[in-house]
Amino acid sequence: MKMTKNFKNNLITYAIVIAAFIIVQILQSTGNLSSLFKGLLVPICVYVILAVSLNLVVGISGELSLGHAGFMCVGAFASAFFSKCTQQAIPADGLRFFLAILIGAAAAAVFGIVIGIPVLRLKGDYLAIVTLAFGEIIKNVINIFYIGKDSNGFHFSTKDQFSLGMEVDGTVILNGPQGITGVPKNSSFLVGVILILVTLFIVLNLIDSRDGRAIKAIRDNRIAAGSVGINITKYKLMAFTVSAALAGMAGALYSHNLATLQASKFNFNTSILALVFVVLGGIGNIRGSVIAAVVLTALPELLRGLADYRMLIYAIVLIAMMLFNWAPKALEWRERYLGRFFRKSAKEGK
Amino acid sequence: MSFLSYLINGISLGSVYAIIALGYTMVYGIAKMLNFAHGDVIMVGGYAALTMMLNLHTNAFVAVLVAIVVCTVLGITIEAVAYRPLRNAASPLAVLITAIGVSYFLQNVVLLIFGSNPKNFQSVVPIPDLKLAGGTLMITGETIVTIVSCIVIMTALTTFINKTKAGQAMLAVSEDKGAAQLMGINVNGTIALTFAIGSGLAAVAGVLLCSSYPSLSPYTGSMPGIKAFVAAVFGGIGSIPGAMIGGILLGIIEILGKAYISSQLADAIVFAVLIIVLLVKPTGLLGKQIQEKV
Amino acid sequence: MAAMLEVKNLGISFGGLRAVNAFNLNIEKGELYGLIGPNGAGKTTVFNLLTGVYKPDEGFVILDGENITGKPTIEINKHGIARTFQNIRLFKDMSVLDNVKVGLHNHHKYSTMAGIFRLPSYRKTEKEMNERAMELLKVFDLDGEAEYLASNLPYGKQRKLEIARALATDPKLLLLDEPAAGMNPNETAELMNTIHFVRDNFDMTILLIEHDMKLVSGICEKLTVLNFGEVLCQGKTAEVLKDPQVITAYLGE
Repeated sequence: MKMTKNFKNNLITYAIVIAAFIIVQILQSTGNLSSLFKGLLVPICVYVILAVSLNLVVGISGELSLGHAGFMCVGAFASAFFSKCTQQAIPADGLRFFLAILIGAAAAAVFGIVIGIPVLRLKGDYLAIVTLAFGEIIKNVINIFYIGKDSNGFHFSTKDQFSLGMEVDGTVILNGPQGITGVPKNSSFLVGVILILVTLFIVLNLIDSRDGRAIKAIRDNRIAAGSVGINITKYKLMAFTVSAALAGMAGALYSHNLATLQASKFNFNTSILALVFVVLGGIGNIRGSVIAAVVLTALPELLRGLADYRMLIYAIVLIAMMLFNWAPKALEWRERYLGRFFRKSAKEGK
Repeated sequence: MSFLSYLINGISLGSVYAIIALGYTMVYGIAKMLNFAHGDVIMVGGYAALTMMLNLHTNAFVAVLVAIVVCTVLGITIEAVAYRPLRNAASPLAVLITAIGVSYFLQNVVLLIFGSNPKNFQSVVPIPDLKLAGGTLMITGETIVTIVSCIVIMTALTTFINKTKAGQAMLAVSEDKGAAQLMGINVNGTIALTFAIGSGLAAVAGVLLCSSYPSLSPYTGSMPGIKAFVAAVFGGIGSIPGAMIGGILLGIIEILGKAYISSQLADAIVFAVLIIVLLVKPTGLLGKQIQEKV
Repeated sequence: MAAMLEVKNLGISFGGLRAVNAFNLNIEKGELYGLIGPNGAGKTTVFNLLTGVYKPDEGFVILDGENITGKPTIEINKHGIARTFQNIRLFKDMSVLDNVKVGLHNHHKYSTMAGIFRLPSYRKTEKEMNERAMELLKVFDLDGEAEYLASNLPYGKQRKLEIARALATDPKLLLLDEPAAGMNPNETAELMNTIHFVRDNFDMTILLIEHDMKLVSGICEKLTVLNFGEVLCQGKTAEVLKDPQVITAYLGE
């Protein structure tokens, strides 16, 4: 039956992640892992989480979000800010990082709700462009903030760090376009893999539940979903918010892996990169997003010679994949010549 | 006086947005797609003109003509290769994602050919600057040419659409592709023509933009492209006077925002305008209401 | 007998066009009622008004004693009106079973957390939903195709699945918009049986729009004829179909 089939599919996805983790551990302990690849491990985890979370919006909820990096940005800054402030108060790295991840996810979720309520009233292209707008606004607004802390508490400014008016013992935490420096480097491959598994657990189980069915129903036919009593706003917002929270989690992982954190890194290109992973892995295919994010993050770095052509190749592959998967003529052709190999779903029967 | 000069700068920048927005709005009105790569066609136009002037030493007029031809051909090619096959795709997002792919493709091809360093663009405008009010108010030749071009283009485009057969065909296709086809209109040809005109205008916009802001990089087009889309939505997508009004208002908002609020927040302000417009009046200033049929 | 649906003086305009005007309708509980009329008469618009897709400019809709005029679609469904669509609107990338389970959404509940963490309430409720959905599919002879994608069903079965999905919401009143459109005579005959079966076994009140006169005269007990947005004639099926006005509206002068 269906439940067991989905369940089996999900188990395969978890197994792939765990197997990859074990293989990397073995390579590492036998000294077969280059330092270049070691440096890539956490970013790969970040992009996997980002891609899976974006797929929840694009593939499952059926809305194109072009501002996903904005939520990651919120999560990165909120968690880094928390870690910087509590470095003395909470000396235990593990506990502090755990709380920082939760705060990153929660902050991004709040932004998801606040942005989602107005945005989800729109449809299609307009929705996409407004998410893009919000992503850019988040980046721009974080860029102008200066926050410092001294014995008197927090100081804010939107001008520069000298306008904070702090005592001599004060430290600048958020330094405008320079961002946050000296975030504790708590991220590791193990944490990254755990967060991937958490993300997969949430997303896969959500999809295969009553709420997930409602979300997919709205994607497939908004009017029919309304006619059977599905609350469209509620479920669109649920998908959007969960996705934002997971992107925030990816942001927390990202910010605790770097010496400096700058808002300008979370630009439109990052959002598009996540979209490329989702499209190439298969829209709505969660396992595909995981694999695409791993391969497309690792490959160009490992093939240094191709570095210049990386984005060009992405662009060409993106266009080709869209034409191959969505053009009515291509679908017809596939049905005729490759029917057996490219069925839309295993559930098709016969 | 400074307010007045900001205002004039705003109108000038807004005129460039308006010309780009015309391309957006025509394509959106007829092909019902958001041509994300439109901004990058502007950039290609800039590079085409630059190459002509710098490497082949042609005069500015020839350079602009060549840029228009290059962009027109590019626009038609993009439509035929990347967009047309997806016209009847099951999801409207398919063509949007493809357009994003095309945008990246253009940026990266130009990046490989010309490198990522910004190139210094020499202005194509031969008119000297105009000094008013005893020299306190200066209007650059670029500003004058930009504003005049914008007015000329809009007038010509309106006349073309209302008075010519091809223009009427465009209107028909934008209303109903199927019905237009049955009436003997060449739908593919009409859509290709729309892309050709939009892309040709993008070349003009590119040259004007680079003449006023003389730095050209592979990413030059993307922000103005997105902002022009904002302008098109602001004015009411599908409406030619709307694109013009939206573009100019947006230019003014951006320049005044930069001057009086915060230069770092100028982009955020522009995007905030978009969000507010879409939430309050999603059809824009001059757009028309469309309701889904049940 | 109590009126299941009472519609009084319903009207709506689009731009300058009066699409539906002074529309009255009374359907008794358990009745099988037909809404007919030439193309463009406003039949589907009436359905859209009853289900809250459009808000009426004037008039009332009273369902089983409750005023539901102008309420949103979701609320109206919760009050007990379910419908099918003229141009089939299934959840096409979901399985046949899941299509029906979406219909069960508001009657079998567990929390989001229970769903994510697979708590006992999830297992229990999902099991109930599967059983109920399979029961419904069996009525329409779709239980063999439960795992198919909805879009892979043949046309006639898609129409049936839409009815099954609507029934899953446990409505008091079922609206069918041209259920026999595109069906061959055999399929139509089978559909007539199914509609009868649904009415009898689910205690359902049914209002349907149909052009197939064989179906209409075969199963509808009463008819309302709509022409140019106004009621032309109302009453028992046999009498209405003999009315000279109706014949003129359909066949012309």
